[in-house]
Amino acid sequence: MACMMSNMSTLDALSPDWLTSEHSTGTSIMAVEFDGGVVIGADSRTSTGAYVANRVTDKLTKITNHIYCCRSGSAADTQAIADIVNYHLEFHEVQLGEAPLVKTAASVFQELCYNYRDQLTAGIICAGWDRRHGGQVFNIPLGGMCVRQPFAIGGSGSTYVFGFVDSNFKQGMNQDECVQFVLKTLALAMSRDGSSGGVVRLGIITEDGIERRTVLGNELPRFYEG
Amino acid sequence: MASTKVVNIPKGGFSFENCQRNNFMAKQGFPAPKAVKTGTTIAGFIFKDGVILGADTRATEGNIVADKNCFKLHYMAPNIYCAGAGTAADLEMTTLQMSSQLELHRLNTGRQVKVATATRLLKQMLFRYQGHIGAALVLGGIDSSGPHVCCIYPHGSTDSLPFVAMGSGSLAAMAFLESGWKPDMELAEAKVLMRNAICGGIFNDLMSGSHVDLCIITREKAEMIRPFEVANVKGERQGSYRYPLGCTATLSTRVIPIEIESTVVRPVAEESMDTA
Repeated sequence: MACMMSNMSTLDALSPDWLTSEHSTGTSIMAVEFDGGVVIGADSRTSTGAYVANRVTDKLTKITNHIYCCRSGSAADTQAIADIVNYHLEFHEVQLGEAPLVKTAASVFQELCYNYRDQLTAGIICAGWDRRHGGQVFNIPLGGMCVRQPFAIGGSGSTYVFGFVDSNFKQGMNQDECVQFVLKTLALAMSRDGSSGGVVRLGIITEDGIERRTVLGNELPRFYEG
Repeated sequence: MASTKVVNIPKGGFSFENCQRNNFMAKQGFPAPKAVKTGTTIAGFIFKDGVILGADTRATEGNIVADKNCFKLHYMAPNIYCAGAGTAADLEMTTLQMSSQLELHRLNTGRQVKVATATRLLKQMLFRYQGHIGAALVLGGIDSSGPHVCCIYPHGSTDSLPFVAMGSGSLAAMAFLESGWKPDMELAEAKVLMRNAICGGIFNDLMSGSHVDLCIITREKAEMIRPFEVANVKGERQGSYRYPLGCTATLSTRVIPIEIESTVVRPVAEESMDTA
């Protein structure tokens, strides 16, 4: 007998993912401190259920000229938080008369992430450079904790590469070594995590501001693929 | 007998008196009705002279086609239009509200409204409602900073991309866009690509159908083409199934005249105007 699409349950199965499930950034993000700045990186995949809604996403979001955040979790939540923090810090910069500290930005992120922890799905890495303390990385995971780390990884892809970063991180790496470290880690995470992928977006934040790089999918470092 | 009147002083607070009844009815197999969601194919992309938006024209209510030629391209500002997918009522109200906000903003600033402004306004409103407003939009427009196409999801996230597709038919439409889109396309090329993308949705997605509507926004003007293409022409009936007169044989005829027993004529008095 021919299958008829007549009952509601079959139609529900046909109804698109984006109506029911939240748009989220199943993600691999990372940030590393070095002497004089930070290197930040992220994959570029935004998924809705099984559909890749955006394959060239920029998850490295500007807060101030020298402070950026790496977003993971719900796209709507993290975009809204980043917009609010951006507003607060722009205002703060005017009142202060100088560039805000990275710690200040991280605190504002933490405040929002902690106070609304029941309503938000947002894992954020806040990183940047300031005159007082140089390059810094602050990790603000799901519950709204805020902790400074010499390097941080986040997002669904990060679970696959904790062993790699623990064994390969060295204290006092220079800028190029950090870039390679981020690139390798993200390439590994993206190859194992189904909801991470696309290109690698990199940002090098120093006193001079940010230098953006994009590493295409076919230019990524390759590892065991059998 | 003396009648008693009890004065009911209304109490404040919420009333939950229908909750029990509704639960009972749900258990008996009469669940509360769901909001209407329009399965849709909408798309938008940037071409050489500006932005092109496209949409199908089917509106569905569950498995019924509610409207065969509905309008899914909404006005936001003279230089910004948007295509909507999701809950029909939410889309109508959201776009109406935003277009009036944008007009007020234009009057206030005396400048042409930017696409970024419209995007911001929409995403902040949708985020405030935490996805309960089922509006998924493709916003397209041209302003002082150039052409922009933007995807806005019901939860309030946005993606700014050169080409986007949304709705239940977005997969079919995106297949055409991914293979056919290139930077700086001519208008004629762009129209064909958009037609193909929307037709992909019309013919391959059950919830999308009927015709193709287009909206072309350039620096000079915004042009609505509706319908751009009638993808589904209603078929002509091939034969006539009417019986010619006199097919049924008359066996007998009887005429019964209606007898008039009495006639009463009542003149209608002219009423004076109520001036009280």
